Amino acid sequence: MDHLPTLVSEARDAIQAAPSVAALDELRVRYLGKKGEITLLLKSLGKLSAEERPAAGERINQAKQVLADEIDAKRHQLEGAALNARLAAESIDVTLPGRGQSSGGLHPVTRTLERIEGLFTRIGYDVAIGPEIEDDYHNFEALNIPAHHPARGMADTFYFDATRLLRTHTSPVQVRTMKSSEPPIRIVCPGRVYRSDSDLTHTPMFHQVEGLLVDEDVSFADLKGTIEDFLQAFFERDDLSVRFRPSYFPFTEPSAEVDIQCVMCSGAGCRVCSHSGWLEVMGCGMVHPEVFRHSGIDSERYTGFAFGMGAERLAMLRYGVNDLRLFFENDLRFLRQFA
Amino acid sequence: MKFSEQWLREWVSPQLDTQAIADQITMAGLEVDAVESVAASFSGVVVAEVLSKDKHPDADKLNVCTVDDGSGDPVQVVCGAANVETGQKIPFAQVGGVLPGDFKIKKAKLRGVESRGMICSASELGLEEDTSPGILVLPDSAPVGIDFREFMQLNDMTIEVDLTPNRGDCLSIKGLAREVGVLNRLPVSGPDISPVSAEIEDRFAVSIEATEQCPRYIGRIIKGVNVKAETPLWMVERLRRSDVRSIDPVVDVTNYVMLELGQPLHAFDRENLKGGIVIRLAKPDERLTLLDGSDIALRPETLVIADHNGPLAMAGIMGGENSGVSENTQTIFLESAFFTPLAISGQARSYGLHTDASHRFERGVDPELTPIAVERATQLLIDICGGQAGPVVEVQSEADMPQERAILLRRARLEKALSKALEVDDVTDILQRLGLEVSVQESGWKVVAPSWRFDLSIEEDLIEEVARVHGYNNLPVRRPAARLALRSADEATLTQSQLRRQMVARGFQEAITYSFVAPELQAAILPEAVSPVLANPISADLSVMRASLFPGLVRAMEYNLNRQQPRVRLFETGLVFNGELDALSQVPMLGALVCGAREGEGWGGAKERVDFYDLKGDLESVLAMGGDVDAWRFEPGEHPALHPGQSAQLLHNGEPAGWIGTLHPQVRATLGLKVDAVLFEVRLDALSQGQIPAFEPLSRFPEVRRDLAFILNDATPVQALLDCAKQQAGDYLQDIKLFDVYAGKGVAEGCKSIALGLTWQHPSRTLNDEEINQLVDSIVTQVRVKLDAELRS
Repeated sequence: MDHLPTLVSEARDAIQAAPSVAALDELRVRYLGKKGEITLLLKSLGKLSAEERPAAGERINQAKQVLADEIDAKRHQLEGAALNARLAAESIDVTLPGRGQSSGGLHPVTRTLERIEGLFTRIGYDVAIGPEIEDDYHNFEALNIPAHHPARGMADTFYFDATRLLRTHTSPVQVRTMKSSEPPIRIVCPGRVYRSDSDLTHTPMFHQVEGLLVDEDVSFADLKGTIEDFLQAFFERDDLSVRFRPSYFPFTEPSAEVDIQCVMCSGAGCRVCSHSGWLEVMGCGMVHPEVFRHSGIDSERYTGFAFGMGAERLAMLRYGVNDLRLFFENDLRFLRQFA
Repeated sequence: MKFSEQWLREWVSPQLDTQAIADQITMAGLEVDAVESVAASFSGVVVAEVLSKDKHPDADKLNVCTVDDGSGDPVQVVCGAANVETGQKIPFAQVGGVLPGDFKIKKAKLRGVESRGMICSASELGLEEDTSPGILVLPDSAPVGIDFREFMQLNDMTIEVDLTPNRGDCLSIKGLAREVGVLNRLPVSGPDISPVSAEIEDRFAVSIEATEQCPRYIGRIIKGVNVKAETPLWMVERLRRSDVRSIDPVVDVTNYVMLELGQPLHAFDRENLKGGIVIRLAKPDERLTLLDGSDIALRPETLVIADHNGPLAMAGIMGGENSGVSENTQTIFLESAFFTPLAISGQARSYGLHTDASHRFERGVDPELTPIAVERATQLLIDICGGQAGPVVEVQSEADMPQERAILLRRARLEKALSKALEVDDVTDILQRLGLEVSVQESGWKVVAPSWRFDLSIEEDLIEEVARVHGYNNLPVRRPAARLALRSADEATLTQSQLRRQMVARGFQEAITYSFVAPELQAAILPEAVSPVLANPISADLSVMRASLFPGLVRAMEYNLNRQQPRVRLFETGLVFNGELDALSQVPMLGALVCGAREGEGWGGAKERVDFYDLKGDLESVLAMGGDVDAWRFEPGEHPALHPGQSAQLLHNGEPAGWIGTLHPQVRATLGLKVDAVLFEVRLDALSQGQIPAFEPLSRFPEVRRDLAFILNDATPVQALLDCAKQQAGDYLQDIKLFDVYAGKGVAEGCKSIALGLTWQHPSRTLNDEEINQLVDSIVTQVRVKLDAELRS
């Protein structure tokens, strides 16, 4: 009994010095195990007198508790250190690039077309598409452009034979839709169109989105509102100035060309807007009664508006692309910029 | 149409500067393309007279002249122009003057002779683009000492308007002035044009056969004209400012009157006319040599001006070479006619021609101008070339003249169209200013369109005019109202956008290639393809419609490989065109191409090159989107563009729907490609057909899995094994996985080992070993019977 303090002191030193959890476990067995030194002391209590026994028992139990606590504390310490060592050993360079297939991207024209479609479908327009090899009737005749009309000279048409051609606009889709459905009609027609023109600012193929709304009581004011809303939404500029200039298209009347305040210089004048402060971005107008007549729609009862724009032009303005031809070279270094 | 602002201001002169006029007419629908100075900037140039001319003592080609520039003393100047002569009035750049291009005039010595100034050519003054052959000689009346810019009225601007085809009435100073007058509420007045009375009796017979095409024709003989006379400088300058070159006084006058009034005119040499003028349609096999020297076979619907020998001119388009005015012409026959737009439109284009005359006639020339223009031209010709005019010979078919167009503009309709109630008086005023005869009625306005406005014939035309003059930007703005009706949405169908996004997720960049390709490229890839060929391609490289997306994708790959982009993953959606025009299919496809490394260059290995199975995996991920994978099958097949041992046809519900494979080595060689590529192309309509998910309850009972390896002949497709196994595996087969393919040691040559993992599960009980063993036996037996393949021991 007298050596208890020495024993505890030795044990504590040994616990503090234990290099590992395993060594600690050995110490636990040595002192607190079934045959451990502290346990044996407890077992030897019987040799003491009844008076001495409680006090001695308490001292031994205290010592046992102290050592058990120390062992636990030391175990925590050792386990924590072991974990830290393992974590340190397992650490990796998280700045290395990730593995596997990286993602690609949509073509900027598709991106633009989808964006335009989205703006219109969200308010109730449908998307309509049609063939690209068209006939003279749907591309011209039904749009109030008879064979010898000077407006035929406006679009340089690719022909296959006397009557079949590559559509010069997506308007034939409007004609087909008006023939096959009843007002109210609200559609946007995106797609490829073709004109035999090729230089710095023209490619023989490009993309248009045209829109058509036919209903009772549709006015020029509705057209203006729709176009203004669209352009402000497309460019995400609530204060974008939009102006309507009288123009001429055989299939609309009144007709207008639409200018926006230059998005590059905010109207101050720059190279992109030829220092005018304005950019021509689309054409529009009220559907011509002759077009309604061809499509079997009563122009006394129904009125409507139509508009059309070039997707490449809008994409160039939106993303700052300075060369139209890039859109069709499919250079990966160009395409990847729109992912 | 390009015109001089000064010229316009002689007719109507609003209190606006040049840019304000340009802006105003632009916003009225006459779009101004350009506003430019009529001459480059220069200073210190005066009108001078050449007093003397002597040969330079030391240079053959130089002359030493003295000129009177109004400063008092004669000025000595060395001049190299061959055409300098004593007595000429010339533009003289004084010392201290600055010519275009910031060329400063200084005192100089030329081969030892002092020269103080410079006698200028038109090009040196920026008045002509081409290098002029000599100095500009001014009329004798030019006052010496006056500033040359002032003398030439060079402080003027040209305004170029891009007129829409409906506004043929604005293809003249008169028409433009009329429009400016309307917009500014100003009166418009031109030069006095009064009839020139006949001094001689000479006339030449005119008869119109094609009265429908030519309702009005006026001819007049002018005798004794001097074609060698010089066109006055003011006229040359006005023509120049409208981009018309001076030719000779007769041509210049006809061009001048066309620009001034809008009426194209033509002058014939009377000596070359036989019998009389006949306006008729061309006869079969008639030919005509035009002024530009081209010999044309006339088609029978072409209107011609003929004499009794045959066609002289293509009416309203171009005169003939043999009947035109030459410098020896003494007597001219001047033509002013009204050809209907329908008679001319399309004709010029059909012969590949486009002239100032055809441009105007096909848009409509005011029929009331015919007699006015002939008088104006007669007067100008006599003033310049002398001569005596004969009586005017006019032939007209009243019945064929444009009929008066009365149009009703309903007030209610106007209001509804513009969402604005305009004041009746304002509308009346706009219509009247435009030259319409207006009678105001209870319901609106009854109007008669003026003879020069061919574009006004229906109510909408008037609505547009009112809106235009009122100003589009002064009209209200509103948003369309519509009923919020829900529409059904087809859940089973995938959109193109979804399919495209899946390709993007798999690492593809979207390409957009031209729908027309080079025929050689298409032939190399698809030798048997038949697709429409453009009659008028922009180049041979873009002349045949693509029958597949492959040519465009291969071309795009090549483009990138040539730009140090060795790893290409591209896809495209679009129509492909197959068949002759009369049996044409235009089918939307999704196509893709891969070449180069499987993954982008990185540190993590995976440096293998892509192969068939990589792209097949990408395609399978797209096929899986619709949730109906079982509708699709890959069958070994042969496609001319693809490696016969590495290509498969896609079947969708048993129907051919596309191809996948490695580019054929032969095609690669033909196209000179250095790397392998794998491609696919599938019909978008099939890809977009999915199905709506149908729930099956999850079983609570354990799965049973058995792994079976079979030794298959190399020639036996794995698909056959899978089909056979599925067929025999019973109703409770949940899944079949192919987890190993092996050939080599332990497997006989010409064979492969295919390991399948089959999983069964019953919805309502535990499957026992016995029944699974039976199914496995049945699979093994059937595989043996059908595929001659054994279980690997």
